[in-house]
Amino acid sequence: MILTRLLRDDRGGQILLGSLLVLALLAPVLNLALPPDHPLHLSTYTLTLLGKYLCYALLAVAVDLVWGYLGILSLGHGAFFALGGYAMGMYLMRQIGDRGVYGNPELPDFMVFLNWSELPWYWWGFDHFGFALLMVGLIPGLLAFVFGWFAFRSRVTGVYLSIITQALTYALMLAFFRNEMGFGGNNGLTDFKDLLGFDLQADSTRVALFLASALALALGYLACRALVLSKLGRVAMAIRDAEERTRFTGYRVDRVMLWLFTFSAVLAGIAGALYVPQVGIINPGEFSPLFSIEIVIWVAVGGRATLYGAVAGALLVNYAKTWFTGALPEVWLYALGALFVVVTLFLPQGIAGLGRGLGTWTRRGRREEARS
Amino acid sequence: MKLLDQTRQLLRRDQVFEFLQPEINPDLDISHRTLLYLEGVSVSFDGFKAINDLNLYIDAGELRCIIGPNGAGKTTLMDIITGRTRPDSGSVWFGQVINLLKLSEPEIANAGIGRKFQKPTVFENHSVFDNLELAMAADKRVWPTLLARLTAEQADHIDQVLATVGLLEQRQRPARVLSHGQKQWLEIGMLLVQRPRLLLVDEPVTGMTHQEMDRTAELLTSLAGEHTVVVVEHDMEFVRSIARKVTVLHQGSVLAEGSMEAVQNDPRVIEVYLGEAGSC
Repeated sequence: MILTRLLRDDRGGQILLGSLLVLALLAPVLNLALPPDHPLHLSTYTLTLLGKYLCYALLAVAVDLVWGYLGILSLGHGAFFALGGYAMGMYLMRQIGDRGVYGNPELPDFMVFLNWSELPWYWWGFDHFGFALLMVGLIPGLLAFVFGWFAFRSRVTGVYLSIITQALTYALMLAFFRNEMGFGGNNGLTDFKDLLGFDLQADSTRVALFLASALALALGYLACRALVLSKLGRVAMAIRDAEERTRFTGYRVDRVMLWLFTFSAVLAGIAGALYVPQVGIINPGEFSPLFSIEIVIWVAVGGRATLYGAVAGALLVNYAKTWFTGALPEVWLYALGALFVVVTLFLPQGIAGLGRGLGTWTRRGRREEARS
Repeated sequence: MKLLDQTRQLLRRDQVFEFLQPEINPDLDISHRTLLYLEGVSVSFDGFKAINDLNLYIDAGELRCIIGPNGAGKTTLMDIITGRTRPDSGSVWFGQVINLLKLSEPEIANAGIGRKFQKPTVFENHSVFDNLELAMAADKRVWPTLLARLTAEQADHIDQVLATVGLLEQRQRPARVLSHGQKQWLEIGMLLVQRPRLLLVDEPVTGMTHQEMDRTAELLTSLAGEHTVVVVEHDMEFVRSIARKVTVLHQGSVLAEGSMEAVQNDPRVIEVYLGEAGSC
């Protein structure tokens, strides 16, 4: 019921959720049931790669929610993604137990290496999966809330806000690079063994993680779609288009921004938490401003303010990245730059705009288009 | 025992903690017929006195026109009333109990003051109907907005306002395709659905044809009475067609006030404004 209402006028969303469903049904069969030498066999490597893309897609949806619909260009969403990832990574570290290189049952390897004698207080509780899950949402959410509280209340918007978000993620990167922070310094957290008692290297665990990512993307998409369709979503777009007018209409613009920004950060955190067990590492590199800018490029390529466009953009750009860095590694950054330029110049509404344009064109013919 | 007494005081159920009492008094007290008081208001920008010891009283149900040459402080005056600019000194009261200087822009809007900007500002990407729905008087906090559903009465009310401003046929069209004049009307409609007590209308007829101007004049006159309307306008012909009482601003303070004829014949007004306008 709710599903039909949310997706009624959303062809892109229908296609997205449909293909996610097909993928979620097919992938486990192709990976687990078919023998490795079968031509249709889906290797675990590819499956994990797909799962990783889905996490990126969820992150892109989170960015599109605040950028496309609210007009906040966040150049620091990688920070929330990384914080969610670190929360999950800390749980995975605690699961290693005495199987580390130093065999210390109490402390992770890097703490033994630093000659620390006991676990810092902020690692307490991460032995429990439930606690870690809570932190996955809470820490990015809290950071976004506090950051947004100050920024939006003082009406910092536009390019200034973008710069501050950029500074935020950069500051966090520098902080996490420090060994004394207790998050593994530049090596980050890695060498994970298992999750909830399931071996992370096992194919079945990989499949489960992939399915969890697909589910998270589907739910995240639907939640954002519901938000966008609600009156609050329309208020958000009103703020994007005419902030002053919205304020004089009686809406607390800063509050709307604050809550949507926080929600988006939580989504980003969840994406990060699913990403870490699949790639097997989390390090301060995820905080790098470059990564956050790349997310914005995914959304721009896919098409702002469509949600499904963000997913398409994330998948396309990341597939291109995988392909280029494999085949022509030195060309990748040029290709990314060229892609961004081409999209900005010729496809201001991204792939989604292209799809919509073609749809209109074939349905109604040129006459309509010329008239509008 | 003293502590116990204090605790009892805290737990008294016949009163509410001070910090829990709403700051906006919902009962606008206009028993003295005056809706808006501005007294001794001054504001300066970098030494330039935009408003200089201004006193202005607007009665409930009145239609007041404010005129004045460029730089007389008309838009600044609106900014002060709506909370966008804070005056350096003076007091601004809405009715007898609401101190406008203590409220933020959204609070002032929700207290019942609607404002139309000089340049028509509507939500371009929303349909005309959605524009009114968003502006409509409602609980505008985040959660109630998220869960808000449009009721049948609200939809009827919106259609009624659409009919009043003559945009019923444009109902589902995006606001960006409207003509300049239609956008002006849409913005006035957005004020109306807020059910304001006071409408501040900044230059409503710029860019309008003569027919559109006539309709706007009709609209604004019909609104006065139920609402209080303050119009800032440059176009003297338009002011003449609607004005009952005119306030002339000059260099940030009130130069003259009265009926259009009285003001027109005031030698000081002729000197600073009408003479100048008459020449062009």
